[in-house]
Amino acid sequence: MYRIAKKTVLNPTVTEMWIHAPLVAAKAEPGQFIILRVDEEGERIPLTVAGTDREAGTVRIIFQIVGATTEKLNHKEAGDFIQDFAGPLGVPTVTEGIRRVLIVGGGVGCAIAYPVAKKFHDLGCEVVSVIGFRSKDLVILEDEFRAASDRLFVMTDDGSYGRQGNVCLPLGEMFGAGERFDKVIAIGPLIMMKFVVEATRPTGIPCDVSMNPIMIDGTGMCGGCRLTLCRDGRRVTKFACVDGPDFDGYEVDFDEAMSRGSMYREFEARKREETCNLFKAGK
Amino acid sequence: MADMKTMKKHPMPEQDAKVRAHNFDEVSYGYTEEIAVLEADRCLNCKNMPCVSGCPVNVPIPAFIERVRAKDYEGAYERISAVSSLPAVCGRVCPQERQCEEKCVRGIKGEPVAIGRLERFVADRHNAGKKAPAATPTPNGRRVAVIGSGPSGPTCAGDLARLGYGVTVFEALHTAGGVLVYGIPEFRLPKTIVQTEVDNLKALGVEIETNVIIGKTLTVDEIFAKGYDAIFIGSGAGLPNFMGIPGESYKGVYSANEFLTRSNLMKAYKEDPETPIMKGGRVAVVGGGNVAMDAARTALRLGAEKVYIVYRRSMEELPARAEEVHHAEEEGVEFRLLYNPTEILGYRNPDDRRDPKNGFVTGMRCVRMRLGEPDEQGRRRPVEIPGSEFLLDVDVVVIAIGTSPNPLIKSTTEGLEVNRRGGIVVEEATGQTSREGVFAGGDAVTGAATVISAMGAGKIAARAIDEYIKNKYKS
Repeated sequence: MYRIAKKTVLNPTVTEMWIHAPLVAAKAEPGQFIILRVDEEGERIPLTVAGTDREAGTVRIIFQIVGATTEKLNHKEAGDFIQDFAGPLGVPTVTEGIRRVLIVGGGVGCAIAYPVAKKFHDLGCEVVSVIGFRSKDLVILEDEFRAASDRLFVMTDDGSYGRQGNVCLPLGEMFGAGERFDKVIAIGPLIMMKFVVEATRPTGIPCDVSMNPIMIDGTGMCGGCRLTLCRDGRRVTKFACVDGPDFDGYEVDFDEAMSRGSMYREFEARKREETCNLFKAGK
Repeated sequence: MADMKTMKKHPMPEQDAKVRAHNFDEVSYGYTEEIAVLEADRCLNCKNMPCVSGCPVNVPIPAFIERVRAKDYEGAYERISAVSSLPAVCGRVCPQERQCEEKCVRGIKGEPVAIGRLERFVADRHNAGKKAPAATPTPNGRRVAVIGSGPSGPTCAGDLARLGYGVTVFEALHTAGGVLVYGIPEFRLPKTIVQTEVDNLKALGVEIETNVIIGKTLTVDEIFAKGYDAIFIGSGAGLPNFMGIPGESYKGVYSANEFLTRSNLMKAYKEDPETPIMKGGRVAVVGGGNVAMDAARTALRLGAEKVYIVYRRSMEELPARAEEVHHAEEEGVEFRLLYNPTEILGYRNPDDRRDPKNGFVTGMRCVRMRLGEPDEQGRRRPVEIPGSEFLLDVDVVVIAIGTSPNPLIKSTTEGLEVNRRGGIVVEEATGQTSREGVFAGGDAVTGAATVISAMGAGKIAARAIDEYIKNKYKS
């Protein structure tokens, strides 16, 4: 059992928790993820590490409430326990050879993008961050991003905060002005990452994306997280859990990933509603 | 005098095929005491014991059967458990027809003694009874780490614990048991049996730490730094193979590992589960091993209207255990032999990109095969029959064509040699790897194989680890 050391509601659908898991905290690096189960009957879900406190032995997770599991997790409070918490899994984000980096975060993906930005910042790199949200009340981690970035663009779809428009807008402007980066790293919804890749492609700047497919074991056993890379004209199957979750965005077949990601959408929606009703009935 | 009665094994009482095809309860009930004693009586107690040589861990078969005949069931259990740490499991999942029973003299004229069924009877009887608390061995002060709690790890752990070693088993998943829990379904190996075997191990003082992924949470070097004297790697088979044909990413295509893990470990077979799985429809399982049979029979129980086994060779080459093939047929699984898949087709609505049916499997294109010349292993190679393409109408495809080794330990352990296929290289007689103090066995070494051969490797390594540690501290 793993204790919830701290819980903060970041916005109506996004929650931050610090989980006491010293072995994971000692190792986890930006870009890696964990697998958790809320209770004995629960499903295993992957969540990307949003930070660690190695001294306290805690790992920070930030999650959006999308299904039954995240709904149940959100009903836990500081001091409560969750059943399982395993990791760190996946390959950490590669930082070697990069001096100037452009970090693009979308929605709850910013929770994953932030530790990556901070890592580069701590290494002394120049960090430009672009973070995008649907509207003002969904903005998260703005202050932390500001502290970890040399320049920060905050975008909202509806213009209720920061600049109006999606994350590709400042990208286009920077690229158009001839700004160069050693790498672009995009973390967010698949559709956003796809557009960031397309916006970056003409510049030839390497562009990595963080994939978040459906997973079960997360350790290289089930193959549920497979995705296809188009490499040298061939289609190659890779597993996000052991080969990723970061991949070369130019190679990823996003349309396929989006299709696979929707496999259980109906199930997830129904399960979440059932869980909500359960909590309502309990109150 | 060989009368007709003694020519055949006593059948094991089992659930009716039509009933059991719709539930996850165990297929066979096991022998009653009466049948067990009668079956034991068929053993000729041969002096040269050919059956023992057919067993990868050399269970003293005639000796335990003799105890059954004398109705001394605890005596029988002691004889088996002296060499096997998982008798209730092996009695159920070993391919006896290719091991002990294949060598049985009774089998020359008629059917061999039902050794597996008797082993199961003895183990179940022991586990159901009141157990004397296991004698905790005197600790010798040395510690060994075991990676993985599938069949090879616990075998190695049990043997070492009995010798007085302090053993910690590290398991990546949230439940101990490895493939016995995530892979083999409830109807073939009830999870309470695996749990009992795990509890027996704990009673010996073995510690089991779940949620620890070696190669990630801890590395091999960090385990040594914690003061362990030796490490056994029994991390299992690894990533599923796919066929490399178009359409394998459509929704409704599963690896057998994923399909079985969802159903078994994550309990998607239950009413209203938290982990989803596609139930019902028409299902094709590609492959002919035990895993393929397990997936096919699971699909049936999840409510599929039709389940096909699609295998590119013929019934004769089918690698699955005979009893599983027989049970699958009885339950209504249809065998499409000498079929080879060439493409999986998916739904596409050109007028509506948001159509929720988009991307789901609609069928699988196959081609007919015939058997050609034998390959280097002596198995006849399947050859495509030109122009024989046709479409199999299915909604779900489960791919059960084997696995490739998991890269996590290899990639984080310097000096650990692996072969071309990624399997850990070991000395066969000891399980010693290229790293000092590191031993390995089971599927991580051989690629997907049987529970009992993994157990055999665990035993060999336990002996070698004991010797290695004794030598290390000799001077």
